[in-house]
Amino acid sequence: MEELLEVLEKNSRLSAKEIGIMLGRSEEEVQDAIKKYEDDNTIAGYTTLVNWERTGKEAVTALIEVKVTPQRGEGFDKVAERIYRFPEVKSCYLMSGGFDLTVIVEGKTMKEVALFVAEKLAPLEAVLSTATHFVLKKYKDKGTIFEEKPKDDREAIFI
Amino acid sequence: MIIKNMIRENVYKFPPSGIRKYFDLINEMQDVISLGIGEPDFVTPWNVREAGIYSLEKGHTHYSSNAGYIELRREISSFVDRKYDLSYNPKDEILVTVGGSEGIDIAIRALAGPGDEVVIPEPSFVAYKGCTAFTGATPVTINLRNEDEFKLTPELLEGAITEKTKVVILPFPNNPTGAVMSREELAKIVEVLKDKDIFVISDEIYSELSYGGKHVSIASFPEMKDKTLVINGFSKAFAMTGWRLGYACGHKDLISQMNKIHQYAIMCAPTTSQLAAIEALKSCDDDVEEMVKEYNRRRRVLVNGFRSIGLDCFEPKGAFYVFPSIKSTGLSSEEFCERLLKEQQVLVIPGNAFGDCGEGFIRACYASSMENINEAINRIGKFLEGLCINS
Repeated sequence: MEELLEVLEKNSRLSAKEIGIMLGRSEEEVQDAIKKYEDDNTIAGYTTLVNWERTGKEAVTALIEVKVTPQRGEGFDKVAERIYRFPEVKSCYLMSGGFDLTVIVEGKTMKEVALFVAEKLAPLEAVLSTATHFVLKKYKDKGTIFEEKPKDDREAIFI
Repeated sequence: MIIKNMIRENVYKFPPSGIRKYFDLINEMQDVISLGIGEPDFVTPWNVREAGIYSLEKGHTHYSSNAGYIELRREISSFVDRKYDLSYNPKDEILVTVGGSEGIDIAIRALAGPGDEVVIPEPSFVAYKGCTAFTGATPVTINLRNEDEFKLTPELLEGAITEKTKVVILPFPNNPTGAVMSREELAKIVEVLKDKDIFVISDEIYSELSYGGKHVSIASFPEMKDKTLVINGFSKAFAMTGWRLGYACGHKDLISQMNKIHQYAIMCAPTTSQLAAIEALKSCDDDVEEMVKEYNRRRRVLVNGFRSIGLDCFEPKGAFYVFPSIKSTGLSSEEFCERLLKEQQVLVIPGNAFGDCGEGFIRACYASSMENINEAINRIGKFLEGLCINS
């Protein structure tokens, strides 16, 4: 039932009944599969994709390149955990290439993010250096283009 | 001077498409949900559009060879091989056309003329009959039946063939019914045709949109290969309707004659479209698969929707159309469509627009968003309730 995950990833508000019809399965089968995926954490949660720029809410996002020293016996995982446990950190990835971790941080203001880097992230013992890049504009996020509301401009009748 | 007397009779007398009146109606209305469209709602994948833009930037704005760029023909050859086990030489067995439609037109022109008969199973795409009539040949229609799920049966085919038959059109996966032909069902058709000097024009434009298993081409039967012309194109599989690009694959002796007509009438298919299509064939398998999956989900929702509001419909296994029967309402197809449009602002196409035997059915297209499909079903449900109350 991998297609179930694809469907939910696009629209998690669909009911089990609706998904059942789409996939040619019964409502119960879909419910059971969702339960199973939730239990084993394949479905890790449900969220809404918000274009905050359209609201009055102040928010800034920063992408921080972090170089760290891996810890004996634990590699990068332990260091990463020290970092991703902070609620300000929205995403955290281990990278190949010129630095080790990509840390995506959200805050209300640039100052708040800067303070987080200066006071929480940079002082960590394993952190060697950080480079903070602030996001100026989000064009596309999680596969969705924000500025574009798809419009159907096809001729209404065509045979 | 009476102009119409100066126009050829078989053009002048051929009836115009029966759906014109809906254009006028729909222009005055708001909030219409159209399931009357016959093209994908997806936009051409970005990498294909980008390839088209790049070709313009590079100044590729000239003619290609008449038959189409050889690189494109090579990609077509490899595509039909890996998808449908069909082997065609890109040099002289493939012709790139302006949509599948041009291929149909010039194939019929190459194969039939006054005194000849072209067998056309209906309901089907309206162009076959028109193109046949314009050549002066006689269209001989076969009335496909709901109880056969609108598949062509050997008995029906046999009944339509005469000594004058030059061409049989095989329109599967079918617009408007969504019917497909399996290998076993095609084998019975092959039995009828294999010893006859009759060409098959197999219009497989919807081949990628097959939901019950892999599409089978009649050309994959060795005894039919030489006398089958396969028509296909980019419109449906790659969501490229506006690019107007298709292709025909067949025996080199037919392709060369079609190329002659093509050369004088068209010169060559649009260059930008051809260069974009190379990209489509090279790297869009995943995009096509995603689109097909989405169509399949919508298909189930629309079939289930019609059944839940009491309209009987068989399960279509191809294209993007559902063809429910509206006989239980007591309305004709045209009355149904006109009243549905006026009363609930939903547009579907009367089945008889695709041949007389489509009377009593409507064509609804699911190349539309899931929200539109659900809302359309809602409204058609209300419309049916209104009919019950009034009667």
